[in-house]
Amino acid sequence: MAKWKSLKDMSILSTAYPRLDGMDKVTGRARYSSDVRPAGMLYGRLLTSPYPAAKVVDIDVSRAAKLAGVHVILTNLLEGKAVRYAGQPVAAVAADTPEIAADAVDLIRVKYEKLPFAADLDSAMQEGAPRVFSDRENIVAARRPTQKGDVDAGFAAADVVVEATYRTQVQTHSCLETHGSMVEWKGEDLYVYDSTQGVHSVREGLAKNLGISPTQVHVICEHMGGGFGSKLQPGFYTAHAARLAKKAGRPVQLMLTRKQDFLSAGNRPDSLQKLKLGAKKDGSLVAFSGTTWGTAGIGRGARVRQPFIYEIPNVYAEHHDVYTNAGAARAFRAPGCPQASFAMEQLLDEVAEKLNMDPLDLRLKNETNATRRKEWKIGAEKIGWQRRRKTPGSDSGPVKRGLGLGASIWWPGGRGTRATMTVFPDGKVEIRCGTQDIGTGTRTIVAAIAAEELGIGLEMIRPLIGQSDFPYSGGSGGSTTAPSVAPAIKNTSEKAKAKLAEIASGFFGASAEDIIFENGRVYMDKSRKKSMSWQEICQLLETQPLTVHGEWVEGLSSAGVAGCQFAEVAVDTETGAIRVEKVVAVADCGLVLDRLTTESQVNGAVIQGVSYALYENRLMDPITGTMINADFENYKIAGALEVPEIEVVLFDEPERGVIGIGEPPTIPTSAAIANAVYNAIGVRLRSLPMTPDRVLDALDAQPVTRKED
Amino acid sequence: MENFEYFAPDSLDALPGLLSRKRERTMVLAGGTDLLDMLKERIVKPEKVINLKGIAGLKGIQHGEGVRIGALTTIAEIAADAGLKREYTVLAQAARSIATPQLRNMGTLGGNLCQRPRCWYFRGREYVCLKKGGSKCFAPEGLNKYNAIIGGGPSFIVHPSDSAPALQALQATVHTFGPQGEDSIPMDEFFELPIDNLRAENVLEPNEIITAVSIPKPAPGTRSAYIKFREKQSLDFAISSVAAVLEMEGSRVRDLRIVLGGVAPIPWRSQVAEDELRGKKLSDETIRRAAEAAVSEAQPLSQNRYKITLTRNLVARTLRQLAAQG
Ligand SMILES: Cc1cc2nc3c(=O)[nH]c(=O)nc-3n(C[C@H](O)[C@H](O)[C@H](O)COP(=O)(O)OP(=O)(O)OC[C@H]3O[C@@H](n4cnc5c(N)ncnc54)[C@H](O)[C@@H]3O)c2cc1C
Repeated sequence: MAKWKSLKDMSILSTAYPRLDGMDKVTGRARYSSDVRPAGMLYGRLLTSPYPAAKVVDIDVSRAAKLAGVHVILTNLLEGKAVRYAGQPVAAVAADTPEIAADAVDLIRVKYEKLPFAADLDSAMQEGAPRVFSDRENIVAARRPTQKGDVDAGFAAADVVVEATYRTQVQTHSCLETHGSMVEWKGEDLYVYDSTQGVHSVREGLAKNLGISPTQVHVICEHMGGGFGSKLQPGFYTAHAARLAKKAGRPVQLMLTRKQDFLSAGNRPDSLQKLKLGAKKDGSLVAFSGTTWGTAGIGRGARVRQPFIYEIPNVYAEHHDVYTNAGAARAFRAPGCPQASFAMEQLLDEVAEKLNMDPLDLRLKNETNATRRKEWKIGAEKIGWQRRRKTPGSDSGPVKRGLGLGASIWWPGGRGTRATMTVFPDGKVEIRCGTQDIGTGTRTIVAAIAAEELGIGLEMIRPLIGQSDFPYSGGSGGSTTAPSVAPAIKNTSEKAKAKLAEIASGFFGASAEDIIFENGRVYMDKSRKKSMSWQEICQLLETQPLTVHGEWVEGLSSAGVAGCQFAEVAVDTETGAIRVEKVVAVADCGLVLDRLTTESQVNGAVIQGVSYALYENRLMDPITGTMINADFENYKIAGALEVPEIEVVLFDEPERGVIGIGEPPTIPTSAAIANAVYNAIGVRLRSLPMTPDRVLDALDAQPVTRKED
Repeated sequence: MENFEYFAPDSLDALPGLLSRKRERTMVLAGGTDLLDMLKERIVKPEKVINLKGIAGLKGIQHGEGVRIGALTTIAEIAADAGLKREYTVLAQAARSIATPQLRNMGTLGGNLCQRPRCWYFRGREYVCLKKGGSKCFAPEGLNKYNAIIGGGPSFIVHPSDSAPALQALQATVHTFGPQGEDSIPMDEFFELPIDNLRAENVLEPNEIITAVSIPKPAPGTRSAYIKFREKQSLDFAISSVAAVLEMEGSRVRDLRIVLGGVAPIPWRSQVAEDELRGKKLSDETIRRAAEAAVSEAQPLSQNRYKITLTRNLVARTLRQLAAQG
């Protein structure tokens, strides 16, 4: 089985080196989809429904069509005539300028027959609520509940039982670059510059949607401004753009507006979780039961992964998706997990309190993962867990501090990726791989792995990625990218090396197995008596560049991720403000490919977790059924001043090879913060986000003297 | 944004000929940090936009007997002015709390006083709310965690300006220019409640502009402070704020002004709170009573009761901070 060399033999991998395209990004040289503007390109714009539930009765485009500069108007965007969420595309326009396109959209008169709606979880769950789909109930029957052991017997045997209800909110991906594409037909072929996490899935999906062959579709994504899961699938906007472009006979750019992005381009489902947990006096968890609900809007997939990381002998967990008149959810950084963590980790702390046990001891008592067992201890030491308040809320003065913790978990590993490498006679090496860099640093590790393997500098490698015409790789989702891509690049590099070793062996008159590639040179054998430079061996290729093909192989990556986080907070009990002062993030990361980009992923995940814990919340207006805060003033996201000190501990176990790192570190942050808040103020916040109004309301609801129950 | 005619006059004299008496037909542009948003979102659709920035004499901070600040002075200049920081602390602190460095560099004092409400129903194109000529204020039945707890009805907006409570607490006067020439309006009379005026938040006629704001010299023994609470520190409006100016005589409060921001459709001068302290010593007890009085007029909506607790605590915190300066 393939193996990585040992850490001490690595000269690039496992060290810290800056991403290759950093300069391009900060200088504006990097080209994003909307920067690609071929001559004659038109600007597309969507008209979306202002109503959450309606029937389109009539669309009158006569005034818009007369506007100078308008080229095409499409009015058939809805399948059938039914509008099921505010923000659903109804018509599309392509015009000479973005301004004309916006004016044209404004001039289209759509007659709607408004229908009753249920735009949030609570209203959709009410009896007699308007149905989102006329042929289905809003509350979807639980499918395949998780069942293990005998729950009733488990609870009967428990010494303490805690029951509680938790809620989490809908979070939107809020990618800095909105969803969108620039499309251009060249003959029968369609070129798509897309902001995407999956050039291949867009190719397949778009070809199907347009009824053409995938061979005609060429998807290109050089750089993209954030996806977090919301750009894995082919976009409806891309298909609309392709139709506009076909009709206009001109290239078309169609980027969603910020508001459209909020409404129609995905989100993390919310959750309502009624949970019950039982434990023995010694802390061993014996029974769990839970019913959860969540809405993925008009879509599906709001499952909450309970009972989270915990191995409990007796379990019953059922989940119900609930349809609402809102944009469909999409995968979002560790789907189903932050919700589960927020509720379950608090429930565990509630049990710990009843048992009069330290929450960390309760975790250690029930920990079944060897890696996380070590991580808990590291994290506790880094945060100074002994400083945790023995009596919650016992600080004097209005600002109270506390500590909390939470765990993370993840499953997927790597899979099928292919790559091609060409070594040129001038010594330069080109790699083609149909993966894409969604900001995680994929381009950089592609080059680094090749450089490491060939024993040459990073500057000799040209990593070409982000094109569906390149060898197949999957979407950048599920934290699968590095474990999928890295082995393929190593395998491809090994094949190139083997060919070059043959050439070298002929030249040196030595055995090909003994040839060593190191420090930009090729050595005859271990004795290093004879050698030539990398350039020299490449010159031996004469006029024929060497091309090899490689693929993902077993042994270089693995699945399964465990991690944990500790948070320290300060709560101002006079204003309700929670300030996260510090987060210690212990991240399970197998073999670290690049320390800088790995730490970056953890930092970003923690920041997104803080934002989820304290600020972000999609708010649906009960009167109109529309998202009322679809802008960055009112949809609040942690800014620079909200970011805590983050101490990243990369807990590497290189022998496990490459594992995914992007998603798991966002899972425990909100739970660790919530537990820390309880430790600070002695009042539990069971709903996200933990905004000042909720903190003050919770404090106000407290009886003046706290009772022990 | 819709098309409009653009004018950039270089003197005040040109304004009467350009500005309409009909609201919404013509609008003046200063830093544009608010107006441009309103134009782009098509909340306002003026026929003419008149840029004030070319008009001489509307900019700058002049210290003398008191201070005079031109309407086009940027928020950043106010926040950085040493004289203001020293003697008119509440104003410098309020200016410093506004938005972000970029917005403070562009935004002006006149624009800050005349900025429109941030209520999401007012700002959202699809909500035809009372202030936009609709038949109802959406806030009472809708999402109202940021709306007014005092002085609301029939509209429940809050006034978003941070400079206004500070200026009102400093007993500033607004200087205006219109077809009738120059005029002066005390800050106490500048803003109007929705019950008196639904389409605007102040008494300016559509064809009048602010030219400057002047503040009298504070009496000896004056201390002042501005405390603003927002949900996040990076770029956020006040959920509640307190501007307090105390004229001390020994340990006694000779006179004072307490003006609340973010809780009412206008900067809310809390005379009941002032009455609790006037002539008294600052003690835990008098501060507590003043803080209690400050929210005694509050009538919360369904989701903003917390603003009462918050405001009460902020008033007390501001007064405690000023007491500690003795
Ligand atoms: C993201 C964001 C955050 C913000 N945060 C805050 C905050 O925390 N606190 C705060 O107080 N404000 C805040 N603002 C609001 C505001 O835009 C600025 O504070 C600024 O001071 C407005 O000044 P301006 O010159 O840009 O106004 P403009 O946009 O030019 O004008 C605003 C309004 O005032 C009118 N106007 C301008 N000058 C005059 C004049 N001389 N006479 C009569 N009418 C005039 C205009 O016609 C327009 O209606 C924020 C704005 C944004 C976009």
